[in-house]
Amino acid sequence: MELLWGSVVILFGGVVLGLVYQGIDRKLAARMQARIGPPIVQPFRDIKKLLVKENIVPESAVPWIYNGAPFLALASVVTVLFYLPLGDQRPLFSGYGDLILVLYLLALPAVALAIGGFASGSPYAVIGAQREIVMMMSYELPLAAAIVALAWRLNQALPGIAAFSLGAISSNPVWAYLGPLGFIGAILLVGVLLLVMPAELSKIPFDIAEAETELAGGVTVEYSGRNLALLRLADGVKTVVMGALIIALFFPYRLGGVLGLAGLAGGAVDTAFFLVKLFLIILVGVTTVRVAAARLKVSQVAYSFWVPLTGVALAGLVLIVLDGLFFK
Amino acid sequence: MTEEEARLQRTYYTIPIGPTHPSLKEPLQFSFDLEGERVVDVEIKPGWNHRGLEVLGMKRNPLQTLYLAERLCGICSVSHLITFSRAVENALGIAVPPRAEYIRVIIAELERIHSHILWAGVAAHELGFDTLLHLTWRVREQVMDILELLTGNRVNYALVTIGGVRRDITREQEPLVRQALRYYKDLLEMLVDAFLHDPTIELRTRDVGVLSYKDALELMAVGPTARASGVKKDIRVDQPYLAYPALELEPITPDLFRPEVHGDVYDKIIVRLLEVEQSIGLIEQALEKMPEGEIGRATKEEMTELLVQIKKREGEGIGRHEAPRGELFHYIRFQRDSEIPILWKVKCPTYSNLMSYRPMFQGAQIADIPIIIACIDPCIACMDRVIVRRDGREETWQIAQLLAKSWEKTRRLKG
Repeated sequence: MELLWGSVVILFGGVVLGLVYQGIDRKLAARMQARIGPPIVQPFRDIKKLLVKENIVPESAVPWIYNGAPFLALASVVTVLFYLPLGDQRPLFSGYGDLILVLYLLALPAVALAIGGFASGSPYAVIGAQREIVMMMSYELPLAAAIVALAWRLNQALPGIAAFSLGAISSNPVWAYLGPLGFIGAILLVGVLLLVMPAELSKIPFDIAEAETELAGGVTVEYSGRNLALLRLADGVKTVVMGALIIALFFPYRLGGVLGLAGLAGGAVDTAFFLVKLFLIILVGVTTVRVAAARLKVSQVAYSFWVPLTGVALAGLVLIVLDGLFFK
Repeated sequence: MTEEEARLQRTYYTIPIGPTHPSLKEPLQFSFDLEGERVVDVEIKPGWNHRGLEVLGMKRNPLQTLYLAERLCGICSVSHLITFSRAVENALGIAVPPRAEYIRVIIAELERIHSHILWAGVAAHELGFDTLLHLTWRVREQVMDILELLTGNRVNYALVTIGGVRRDITREQEPLVRQALRYYKDLLEMLVDAFLHDPTIELRTRDVGVLSYKDALELMAVGPTARASGVKKDIRVDQPYLAYPALELEPITPDLFRPEVHGDVYDKIIVRLLEVEQSIGLIEQALEKMPEGEIGRATKEEMTELLVQIKKREGEGIGRHEAPRGELFHYIRFQRDSEIPILWKVKCPTYSNLMSYRPMFQGAQIADIPIIIACIDPCIACMDRVIVRRDGREETWQIAQLLAKSWEKTRRLKG
């Protein structure tokens, strides 16, 4: 029963939080571009409007796949949320799955988008879907390298804990166990994750799958009405998920304990602190990056993830391993 | 092999870009043959925005057509007006007072500044760099304000008329113009830094959309498109007109900024940004050297007198002007006993530059398509042509037929 209520709270909380952060992101980006920008509630209005709009399925589309993909995208990101520690809470599904599962679940929305794109039967969407797949193949390795390095080091430092469990990782901040080499390595990995974040979220400079001026929206070009609303919601939740993942892996610190607060007050302080951290991660990883760069080409995205970024991620991994071997 | 088999064996596929597409600001249709992300071939189909303005101009007297000519294009409206007026003046042998010529130069160069800055913003948007779009369009407001101050309008200034200009630049306005020029001078370094030293823009524009020197010459590209390929071609220098002979200027080529000319999109950005600087210099020189005196006809009586003169004479005239996009050309021909021209022909820079798309698209990726489309700064409305269908069938004429038709028309005109 508790699980059920928890899921409902997280589902709605995640969706609302995603839209709020979308609104903040849009407002901040507008300010950085010397515009006034839409009000922060604009994403809510957009969703409301999309929900009453006609849901058009193109003649050349495969209807059940085309309509199913947005549901799959939203469902999979919300599921990831169940496995992440949020604020002062332990993960809802703690004990039912670990980081590896989260990695796979994170890949699902991208796959769902690509499937939806292929099924919509528009040449623009097909090109967008191909690009989405290329993107996924590009950022998966650096992402996995970062996560594996962290879990391995924790296991080294604290044998006996479930090193791949997010609950365990977030209750034992990794920085405490690192020597100088590992510290540098971990900073490299934070940088890698912050660059994987805009790619995972299809934001400039990595928004090649949607590429407004090239593909007129790419994978989502044919989507409208309810389906587009679901995709927007999935995008918002995914932003929260990526932020929460980085927080859980690297910045799981809590303020309540430090201030000597417990119970409800402590919980409130922790939740507020979590929201601030989330805001900072989104500000650094999404907003500033997307206003400060032009869109890259597919070949350039693939190259930059496969060669330099994978290189940095592996360097971070090696540094952490060396650290584990020499600074026990 | 049947058609169906041939279709199945094809290794490339075709996607349409346009007539409506986010990367196009005006309707034009491209049909790209693609192999994966790579462009194999492109076919361009204009004809979605033809407004038949030339025919309208052949039903009105030149004073009425002035307003039509101005509305050929919203961005380079004064260029059309200057060129049209010069064609009429050329046909009728009307002299323009020196001060009016200087004022025309000042407005034309202010327009070049606003057009190039506008283009830079559009180019940034095509690259997905919306921050630069918003910043460049914000700094463009200053020149729009100055144009409004001098002419009363932000676009379609209605300043130039046959035989002169309609408003003078007063002594009180000069310092304000100079102040705006100083603003752009200070800003230019920032613009160059934002466009030419930004790593993502360099990644997206270097060696993209290359138009070689040879292709630029053979396809007769004009304006910044040709100059970015190293062709020193500028009507203001090659056949000086208005007050340009008295001013110092050189065609801008990218080798002023970097060692060699590549002819890519990056070079086109260089040329346009350096031309903003050049225009600032030209306006300063013009303000300095501008003589006192008449600015041309203005009163109603003088206008009526002009129409009477047109009725008395016959003849043909041409006007050429270096518009922000390249050489603009107007042709006009008058008949005796009529104030209405029997022929008015406009050739826009985009029409000359359209052919250079093909070599530029060779080997490009899908991601390059928007910026390559934007890099010649296309202005479809003033370029558009129509295909006339007879008996419901469409027919494309090759060069031999076109030549034969042109000769036929020339003979007809010689009468």
